[in-house]
Amino acid sequence: MHDMQPATLPSVSDQLMHRTFPVMRATRLPEHDKLARFEQAVLPHLAAAYNLARWLTRDEHDAEDVVQDAYVRALTFFDSFHGGDSRAWLLTIVRHTCYTWLQRHRGHELATAFDDELHSGEREASNPETLLLQRANQQLLREALEALPVEYREVVVLRELEGLSYKEIAGVAGLPLGTVMSRLARARKRLQAWLVDRLQREV
Amino acid sequence: MSCQETQALLDGYVDGELDLVRSVEVERHMQDCQACAQVYKNHQALRSAITGGDLYFSPPAHLHKRVRAAARNAHHAETRTRVWPWHGLSTAASLAAVALLVWSLVPMLTGPSAHDRLTRELIAGHVRSLMANHLTDVVSSDQHTVKPWFEGKLDFSPPVIDLTEQGFPLVGARLDYLDNRPVAALVYQRQHHVINLFLWPSPHDAEKGEQTVTQQGYHLLHWANAGLSYWAVSNLNVGELQAFVQRVQQATQNTPGTSTSFRQNPRGASQSGAAREYAREPWGWRSPAG
Repeated sequence: MHDMQPATLPSVSDQLMHRTFPVMRATRLPEHDKLARFEQAVLPHLAAAYNLARWLTRDEHDAEDVVQDAYVRALTFFDSFHGGDSRAWLLTIVRHTCYTWLQRHRGHELATAFDDELHSGEREASNPETLLLQRANQQLLREALEALPVEYREVVVLRELEGLSYKEIAGVAGLPLGTVMSRLARARKRLQAWLVDRLQREV
Repeated sequence: MSCQETQALLDGYVDGELDLVRSVEVERHMQDCQACAQVYKNHQALRSAITGGDLYFSPPAHLHKRVRAAARNAHHAETRTRVWPWHGLSTAASLAAVALLVWSLVPMLTGPSAHDRLTRELIAGHVRSLMANHLTDVVSSDQHTVKPWFEGKLDFSPPVIDLTEQGFPLVGARLDYLDNRPVAALVYQRQHHVINLFLWPSPHDAEKGEQTVTQQGYHLLHWANAGLSYWAVSNLNVGELQAFVQRVQQATQNTPGTSTSFRQNPRGASQSGAAREYAREPWGWRSPAG
């Protein structure tokens, strides 16, 4: 939750700069320039931002609100963005905004800790499971992914849908690299168990 | 490589995040092991179902306009407040700036404790060493190769102990960066488990008893001796990791400025007197004998 705090620092220096050099403000150029640079760098990643927000909030209207909020925040922090991967930078802010939103509106979702011992008992892998998994349709996959606790859902979305590397996910989610791998492993195990269970019942 | 290890690395393998050596090891294991090959097939089936399942949510058409308008409004509001209260509120602005600065620093102070942060850094260092192609910078089971390798790379000379006969062969060493300083990482092996032994000088806790931390399935054993801070990190079970640590402690105890080799132990002396009987050799600061 604290990972974005340092981003406020440059806005302080920004304020000081404007106090020291009022001329720059008078020309309005850097200000105008900022908005243009912001739109150029961040607007193209609207789809990624919406997809992440939609998966984390699990509601289309809430996702829209969160995305709008995240973009306004991103503009505030834009002075601290010094080039590099603007998609990962934006996703970090979207994720942060989502968590703030979830805390405010759905505190209980974050409170329910996921008990690995209980949910993912060792199961023997078998060939019929492979065949079953190949039959999973979009609807079922959506349900399975939505059923995951949010901290597991986000690593799957970032990895499988956004195609981020472990390192990038670690940056966006503020996690150590090892945790990214173990969370992904647990998430996949649980997805698999959930899908196999449902598909077996359908047969 | 055991089934357990293979399956622990399987996600890294599927995602193409393992280094070449580990990838080959995983592949080799799966050629011989039907059970692991099956787990891998299920992994693949799940992955292709998810990636091919059309699960990406596209934003509604109006969102682009809405977000853009919100950003512009916020931008204009920001620039307006900057222009207007410039003279009258300069004091308030500087107060606000100070408050903002304090507010942004507070989380750093109340954030995770230094100990937690270090623990996380250590686990990350250990995992990274297994993941990327960077387990060792110098590959050698010979302490007399490993030890001089550190010279000129660190501002201290780490004791390098060979524990091959105790079942913990030395694999090599590398440099790492922890706790805001370069540290030595000695790499040992126990069957297929890797043990990273991190050490660096820490004058603050010259002597310290053993502490055990378990996090994310990794065990960390920490102690300090003769002004050096030691951290052993591994997914080995605690009992065996403790046995490893005891061996290291025995070899380094009471012998500041020396390194001790169990190999030179004359015909298996009794455990209690053992430490004193090992042949000693100077390893200290830039010792010519090296």
